[in-house]
Amino acid sequence: MRLHEYRAKELLCKYGVPVTEGMAAATPEEAAAAFEKLGGTGAVVKAQILAGGRGKAGGVRPVRSAVEAARAAADLLGKPLVTAQTGPGGQMVGRVYVQREYDLERELYLAAALDRSGARAVMIGCAEGGVEIEDIAARRPGKIIREVLAPWAGIQPYQARRLAFRLGLSGRLLAQTVQFATALARAFFELDCVLAEINPLVVTKNGALLALDAKLEIDDNAMFRHPELASMSDQYDQDAAEAEARKHDLSYVRLDGDIGCLVNGAGLAMATMDMIKLCGGSPANFLDVGGGTDRERVAAAFGILAADARLKAILVNIFGGIVRCDLIAEGILEAARRAIPRVPIVVRLEGNSAGAGLDLLAGSGLDIIRADSLADAARQAVAAAASDGRAQANRT
Amino acid sequence: MGILIDRNTRVLCQGITGKAGAFHAAACYRYGTRIVGGVVPGKGGTFFDVPACSSGGGPDGRSPCPPGRIPVFDTVEDAVRETAAEATMIFVPAPAASDAAIEAVEAGLKLIVVITEGIPALDMLKVREQLARAPETRLIGPNCPGIIVPGECKIGIMPADIHAPGDIGVVSRSGTLTYEAVAQITRRGFGQSACIGIGGDPITGMSFVEALDLFQEDQHTAGILMIGEIGGDAEERAAEHVKRSITKPVAAFVAGLTAPPGRRMGHAGAIISGRAGTAASKVETLRAAGIPVADSPAGIGDTILRAMGRI
Repeated sequence: MRLHEYRAKELLCKYGVPVTEGMAAATPEEAAAAFEKLGGTGAVVKAQILAGGRGKAGGVRPVRSAVEAARAAADLLGKPLVTAQTGPGGQMVGRVYVQREYDLERELYLAAALDRSGARAVMIGCAEGGVEIEDIAARRPGKIIREVLAPWAGIQPYQARRLAFRLGLSGRLLAQTVQFATALARAFFELDCVLAEINPLVVTKNGALLALDAKLEIDDNAMFRHPELASMSDQYDQDAAEAEARKHDLSYVRLDGDIGCLVNGAGLAMATMDMIKLCGGSPANFLDVGGGTDRERVAAAFGILAADARLKAILVNIFGGIVRCDLIAEGILEAARRAIPRVPIVVRLEGNSAGAGLDLLAGSGLDIIRADSLADAARQAVAAAASDGRAQANRT
Repeated sequence: MGILIDRNTRVLCQGITGKAGAFHAAACYRYGTRIVGGVVPGKGGTFFDVPACSSGGGPDGRSPCPPGRIPVFDTVEDAVRETAAEATMIFVPAPAASDAAIEAVEAGLKLIVVITEGIPALDMLKVREQLARAPETRLIGPNCPGIIVPGECKIGIMPADIHAPGDIGVVSRSGTLTYEAVAQITRRGFGQSACIGIGGDPITGMSFVEALDLFQEDQHTAGILMIGEIGGDAEERAAEHVKRSITKPVAAFVAGLTAPPGRRMGHAGAIISGRAGTAASKVETLRAAGIPVADSPAGIGDTILRAMGRI
């Protein structure tokens, strides 16, 4: 789960990470009030989305008055912001963060992160901030400083000092850097982050070290330890189908195509999408009902697909290992009773009780096309989607 | 016979009285796996009973199977002392699973198979740290189907009947996609020396590289099939390793060519971050290392069989 900048700063502040002064606003009036409350002569209004590249995309606006702050907020709120990282549709802006303006001396980069490849946690520093760390890592890997964080012990003071010296943060800034890095590492471990990124970390003209921007990504698997964070998952960031799927503990990701997929297992679900593409079609979603699923979850999953107006065909691909295919079929029938799908359904059931499942579906009167392999299923779904498209064109 | 386990391997089940643990411990027992004990804190001294069945037992799933009376222990240490177990499979729910795994490491078990899905990544780092101090211990998973040596021993949740004894080693990050590939091989009349699911999480125990080495050393394995997916760099490391140290034929498949960046595709580890971890770049790296990669998930079985000159 990724958190908005304002949420991340709220949380980091509790751990003693110095962050900018500022507050979130959901309306232009709140933005104006925030400007007044900050009390300075200037502020920055920042769109709150879960993607980078806001500055270049016009999502960060310097303002000189409460009126300007309100105007900037009105401009940003309730509209999608498209950045280099959001994709063409952009992300809806539900809040802005009104932040005090600072005079900057230096910009750096600091993050605590899960290093998958090394199977360890690391703190990463770079003397160049505000840029994409991936770019630096690719072009000038020597500029990246790493300290390995022991999962039981966190960062040690000597590691934080070494980091500070290598970043050129000595003198008065040394103690501040050690305190900053220690607090950041503590937040990283205690909040079960996969990433706690401060980019940029800045030194102000007054000699203070603080997080000008902040990005927190919490491990979804660790949410059971952080019930207080669940409410921070902002609803307007979620697609309706994805939110519905989450309620039923299903894994769903919306894609751009027109063939709905319902598959058991993540790997097989991805492979099914790939197979559709290979056959010249386009998947509308990733949907994993789980390796050991049951009738209710399948019914909920099928309901999500049946409600998707974009679909021209539905492909059900189940490899029944532990899960019995006849229970899957019952789930589909239950969902179809609630809402009759308007599009052809291609079904491939294999393994445990596949025959019984197919018989159930065959006798149901639904528009079901049987497929006997993964390749066959994808081919038939692509063909069905194409002919459904033609049929709709003829109707109009 | 294949790697790591055989019909004599003595296996514990941690979490044997839970829904999944009970179901799969019984299924493994019926397959022929020597399930010698269960571990459930607070239930030590009780027994986990598997009723006899007239059919449904044995590797073929059709043989009669005698009843099983499996003793349950409070701690892994007790279980190891009483049963001389060498391996364990863990079904303990995610919040307590890493603790169960560390308990198994400390008790000296040589093989730990963690089936549990949803273990926090930082918990797995702690498990890894304990594992580093126990070089004799191997951990498979988490979030995986486990390991099977067809005809010998099954420690996991995979459906037994799609497998057949043979000489193809299969290692995969996925569950049902592995079943798909295994079934393709079996349908063609060939079999598997062992199938290992290394799991779909970002931090796992066994890696592709470790599994490749086991298959390379195993005299019963003639070729290796590797099934990867988006996210991380495990496939890239494996490609490098194959080039350097694996002489047996290797073939691969990578799922997720159509996956969008930045989205977790079911598995916690299946996510393209920035430009890293795409299926296309993994396929390219594998091919550059001389490994044939199946274009289509429907052709995974044939790709390894062709690499081995079997078809």
